[in-house]
Amino acid sequence: MQNAGFIFASYVLTIGAILLFAVVTLRRAKESAKLVEDKNKPWI
Amino acid sequence: MNQTPRSRVVSAVLTKDLRIEARSRVVTNQVLPFAGLIMIMFAFALDNDDVLQRVAGGLIWLATIFSLFVIVQRSFAIDTSDSALDSLRVAGIDLSAVFLGKAIALTLQLIALDVVLIAAAFLLYQVQVSAAGLVLLVTCVICATTGLGFVGTLYGGLTAGTTGRETLLPLLLLPVVAPVLIAATRATEAAFGSGGAATSEGWAWVGLLTIFAAVFGIGGSLAFGPLIDE
Amino acid sequence: MKASQVNTGVSLKMSQSSQKFSSTGTQATRVIGVLAIVVMAWVVISGLVFTPADVVQGESVRIMYVHVPSAWIAYLAFIVTAIASSFYIFAKRHSLGFDRVAGASAEVGVMFMAITLITGSLWGRLTWGEFWQWDPRLTTTAFLFVTYIGYLAVRRLDGSIEQRARRSGVIALLAVLEIPLVHFSVVFWRSLHQRATILDPNGDVKMDGLMLFTLFSGVVAFTLVFAWLVLHRQRTMLLSDLSNERGLDNAILARQSENASN
Repeated sequence: MQNAGFIFASYVLTIGAILLFAVVTLRRAKESAKLVEDKNKPWI
Repeated sequence: MNQTPRSRVVSAVLTKDLRIEARSRVVTNQVLPFAGLIMIMFAFALDNDDVLQRVAGGLIWLATIFSLFVIVQRSFAIDTSDSALDSLRVAGIDLSAVFLGKAIALTLQLIALDVVLIAAAFLLYQVQVSAAGLVLLVTCVICATTGLGFVGTLYGGLTAGTTGRETLLPLLLLPVVAPVLIAATRATEAAFGSGGAATSEGWAWVGLLTIFAAVFGIGGSLAFGPLIDE
Repeated sequence: MKASQVNTGVSLKMSQSSQKFSSTGTQATRVIGVLAIVVMAWVVISGLVFTPADVVQGESVRIMYVHVPSAWIAYLAFIVTAIASSFYIFAKRHSLGFDRVAGASAEVGVMFMAITLITGSLWGRLTWGEFWQWDPRLTTTAFLFVTYIGYLAVRRLDGSIEQRARRSGVIALLAVLEIPLVHFSVVFWRSLHQRATILDPNGDVKMDGLMLFTLFSGVVAFTLVFAWLVLHRQRTMLLSDLSNERGLDNAILARQSENASN
């Protein structure tokens, strides 16, 4: 494939950024969920 | 509630801000030399008479915008230091009138600053202006500084009294004043005739500056109260 | 995102054994998450393998399948932020839920906008030979990016949660005023000066059915990702708001009991 480096770089970057955001959010959720009572979690 | 009329609040805040400046002379003794220094530093950096003449308009407005940050921060630092803004709120005063008063005071200071900066451009960068260009230049300065006065007061009020405001204010304000920088620079270039620009080209840009001032004048009067109100 | 599936499965069991519910996942987010992964996988495979190269642009057109959807979703995110902020400000009952949605959406939007700018400049390097052009659309997008970085900085200012909501709400509404002005002035600026002859990345692409379908799937995938991220992020924001408040309350209580015992 011509220009494969550029094309793969944009795919890897896009998916990598999304995954990073997701992982950071979930980790933060897990940490702070421990500190909050279940009655304050309206989504349960 | 028997409120003080808006016009009286506006003029009271306006004279208060100008009186503070008249007594402390911070704009004349510190901001003006600072802006003048920027103009000289640009000359060092660009180091070419033709280039300087060509970009003089942009340099004047960049120096104005940098000075705007300094003036706005100082103005609100005084207002928040002895909880003066809180006292105004306790007094039940219409905050949009406070906004207008501060914005007009800021605009007047910026106009004074720009007069000196344009004079410096004549001296240092050898720009020239025709009679028609002068009319355009004066209108451009009034419209652009009015817009800058409104946004400066609005964002200054937003960051007033918070930690880290010195670094946050430029980050918030620079993208917002980008249209002013573009439009005022083009209009000033048209007035100076730099790069062969015709004077008539400048008036469309003055129109844009007027729209900008109107939008943020109205937006600011509406938003300033809720922002300050805690 | 796979990790989350495992995660939430474990935490459900834990919550039954008198432990606290330790995640922001629900049935709905799990469905959205799985769908997002499936559609995204299809977009990647189709975009890299199945779709043909463009007649004019060649292989570089494949960047479009991630670039265009992320740009659209970034704009969608900022629209959501503006709408949620106006609900917060103008509704009689200032509901902090709207503020959290606005903040979460802006964070996700900034991320997608960064992706847009980087993938766009990679694509630009291939089609224009330059990473950046002073084209009105690009310039406005860059300004939008910086504006929302400022918005996020305002959210991190000190003060109460209500102050955060009001300040950032006003900034979000001012951005709605600012962006058209910036866009208009840049268009005007460029039109009066010599226009760079630009090969428009989207304009010259002749799209066949599969290419269109892949692009459309990209928009669907990114929308699902957006929904998943915003749902989780705004719940996390609620948790950290609560735990910060609680942390302060606990500190005050601890100090009071300390004083009482002395």
